[in-house]
Amino acid sequence: MHAIEILGLEKTYSTGFWRTKAKVALKPLHLNIEESEIFGFLGPNGAGKTTTLKMLMGLVFPTGGSARILGMDVKDPQVKAQIGFLPEQPYFYDYLTAQELLEYYGRLSGVVDKYLPKRVENVLARVGLPDVADVQLRKFSKGMLQRVGIAQAILHDPKVVFFDEPMSGLDPMGRREVRDLMQQLKREGKTVFFSTHILSDAEALCDRVAVIHLGELRAVGAVAELTSGIHGKIELIWEGSVVPAALKGLGAECVITGDTARAVLPEESQDLAIDALRREKLRLISIVPVRTTLEQYFVEKLKRSEQSAGGNA
Amino acid sequence: MTSSRQVTVVASLVLLFCLAASILSLRQIDQVRSKATLEEVLFVISPKMVKRMSLGYDGLLADIYWTRAVQYFGGHHAGRARDFRLLAPLLEITTTLDPKLLVAYQFGANFLAPKPPNGAGLPQKAIELVHNGINNNPNDWNLYYQLGFVYYMDLKDYARAAEAFAHGSELPGAHPFMKIIAAQMAQHAGDNQMARALWMTTYQSTQDKQIRGNAIAHLRALQVSDDIDALQELVGQYGRKTGVLPRSMTDLVGAGLLRSIPLDPTGRPYRIASDGRLQVQFPDELPFLEKGAPRGYTAPQPKHLEELGK
Amino acid sequence: MNSRISCIAANTFREAVRDRVLYNLIAFAVLLSGAAILVGQISIDIEKLVVINLGLTAVSLFGVVIAIFIGIGLVSKEIEKRTLYTVLSRPVRRWEFIVGKFFGLAGTLVVNAFFMAIGVFGALLYVAHKFQMSDAWVLVALYFIILQFLMICSLALLFSSFSSPLLSAVFAFSLFVIGTFSEDLRNFAATATGFTKWLTTAAAYVVPNFSALNVIGSVAHGQPVSGSLILYNTIYALMYSTMALCGGILIFQRRNLK
Repeated sequence: MHAIEILGLEKTYSTGFWRTKAKVALKPLHLNIEESEIFGFLGPNGAGKTTTLKMLMGLVFPTGGSARILGMDVKDPQVKAQIGFLPEQPYFYDYLTAQELLEYYGRLSGVVDKYLPKRVENVLARVGLPDVADVQLRKFSKGMLQRVGIAQAILHDPKVVFFDEPMSGLDPMGRREVRDLMQQLKREGKTVFFSTHILSDAEALCDRVAVIHLGELRAVGAVAELTSGIHGKIELIWEGSVVPAALKGLGAECVITGDTARAVLPEESQDLAIDALRREKLRLISIVPVRTTLEQYFVEKLKRSEQSAGGNA
Repeated sequence: MTSSRQVTVVASLVLLFCLAASILSLRQIDQVRSKATLEEVLFVISPKMVKRMSLGYDGLLADIYWTRAVQYFGGHHAGRARDFRLLAPLLEITTTLDPKLLVAYQFGANFLAPKPPNGAGLPQKAIELVHNGINNNPNDWNLYYQLGFVYYMDLKDYARAAEAFAHGSELPGAHPFMKIIAAQMAQHAGDNQMARALWMTTYQSTQDKQIRGNAIAHLRALQVSDDIDALQELVGQYGRKTGVLPRSMTDLVGAGLLRSIPLDPTGRPYRIASDGRLQVQFPDELPFLEKGAPRGYTAPQPKHLEELGK
Repeated sequence: MNSRISCIAANTFREAVRDRVLYNLIAFAVLLSGAAILVGQISIDIEKLVVINLGLTAVSLFGVVIAIFIGIGLVSKEIEKRTLYTVLSRPVRRWEFIVGKFFGLAGTLVVNAFFMAIGVFGALLYVAHKFQMSDAWVLVALYFIILQFLMICSLALLFSSFSSPLLSAVFAFSLFVIGTFSEDLRNFAATATGFTKWLTTAAAYVVPNFSALNVIGSVAHGQPVSGSLILYNTIYALMYSTMALCGGILIFQRRNLK
């Protein structure tokens, strides 16, 4: 059984004064996510990530298609007991303390009263907020709110967890902690589905990703699979502040800092570049392959499709 | 059925049921409350108090009180008999809030002054009310007309009535009858001709259905009086001719005194009673009768006057 | 299901309290005691009248204002601040949310009215020095005021489920004013003709009837309230509130929370 099955979910909004103009937020989406997987849902802002998540949560009603979580239709209220959701830039009742908020959510999720205080304590410790149980939420910083958000999502021990931009508002330490937490959740057998536009996080964490752009699914697969299609580059670093003309001719991007120079150029030109440096008697410091990042993938793939989409429009 | 569909269906059914139930209970409440709403008026200490509490929205409040007065007086509330106790305070409040609401003064003159069951029996109050109106609307001929009307009809003070009519007849737009009525007061005070002129003027100078209906009813009663006077004369002639009293109208026709049996204003033929007096068949349908009702007849409270006034 | 509703209700109550809503009681207390003392000096037998009139009117007005101001934000504020997302992603049905909010708000108003009632009776005792049997009718007037609150809460919640706080406030307040004159509206409908008649009659029956729930005047004069009025008003208020709540539920069920 797939943890999450998205079967042609789509959403079209009717906008305009007479509700006649149609705005497509999401084209029919087909996607399967497996259990115990960390799955990244990537795309630029406005691509349709949040819309998809909201449809899975039952906050927005799809104009077509359906979805199942753990085999149950998302419209079934029973499903909600098994899932946790962290919305983007969450906001909570600021007149409550962290303890009160989490107990409220816990009760709504069906956690039995007598286990509640202990659970709340544990989960607060887990997200790195051990001492703030009695502080009113209005006094929390953005990062602290984010952590409370994660806490409420995992409080009732759900099997599938949905995070919308979980790293936003966190400093590097915080992001590291959240990454560790997500990996912990995976080790516990939970499925983590998160959306983000920060690609380095996705690279570090995800088993698989889906890329969505302008409401349409562009690619699905492991990170390595996606980036393998992009041609590799290498990075040369040498001493001196001279860039041989030959290198420039090979299409290198050169940067000179102090008395070291650095150039990035296509993998195929590697030998020619090294020859050029040797001819000029420049001392090579290092030669390293540059990993294709998702960013490159994005920029290349999505720019291309934007152009073609522009052509069609 | 998904649970969401279930909720929709249940909520819709419950909504419709509750709508029906609330409308039904509302009607019940109206019945229980009908007297109470207006009696709340009695709890207000004075019209001035109402004006102060109105927060400046005098016009709207005046209209509301006026509507209540009309509704209540019109007896739309469960067919109860009209209770005149509240008419005076209602009209006072209405005219304090909106001193230019002419129809309220007309209403007061027509229904505050007459004796029960046709009115509240408070002619002095009516005079007071109309004087108040005159103070606020000094150029309105109709108010002088109302004043004269009350003096004439209910107080039988012909001198003051003539004075009021005369004064009013000088004002712009006055009904042409006013001068005539003023002039003829000395000679014809108290007779049917004058009464007819007055009711006619009343009828023609208002739009209010109840006042018009009232006027028409009075005019019909006057018609009956005139008819009966004439017919009674014929009965006398018959008696002198034949030595006995006629037993029915056909006798009079047979004697050549009438060509056909005359009808009363409701379209029914007049009858002759055993003592030779002329009567109408259904006196209940002709309020304000002065002649033509059987002996010992007490008139019930007039109903549905506004039907006549349409 | 019930525990979720009561959970939401309790939280709504807690929000109102922490929002310092109950501070209005202080204003009320000041107003009432001031009036009682003032009136005690005027005497001429109308002190009881003034205390009851003023006290009950204040209970009613304060309550209506609170009901509207909190009620309009109940749903729309949660949507705006997105606190709703984390609630609805839990096994909470949308209708349970509305019902829970309703009971929370109604509960707040009842508690508020309770404290105010103590104030009114206290002031009454102060000016009249003892209670009379006829004072029991004040309790009936208070009960009617609470029925009024239920209706206003349900309307505020209905509006909140689909429109912005400002618009909801305007609608709710307008309905309150119209509802106070609803008997006159029905009178007017009876005299109208044709299409206007049909329209105004429909409006007159849909608009909440607050005039029947206002027995402050007669109670101030020590007059009794008829049992059938109490019965029918209760039925009416409960049916009406349920109707408005169902409307709110139906609307909220379908709402896309962008």
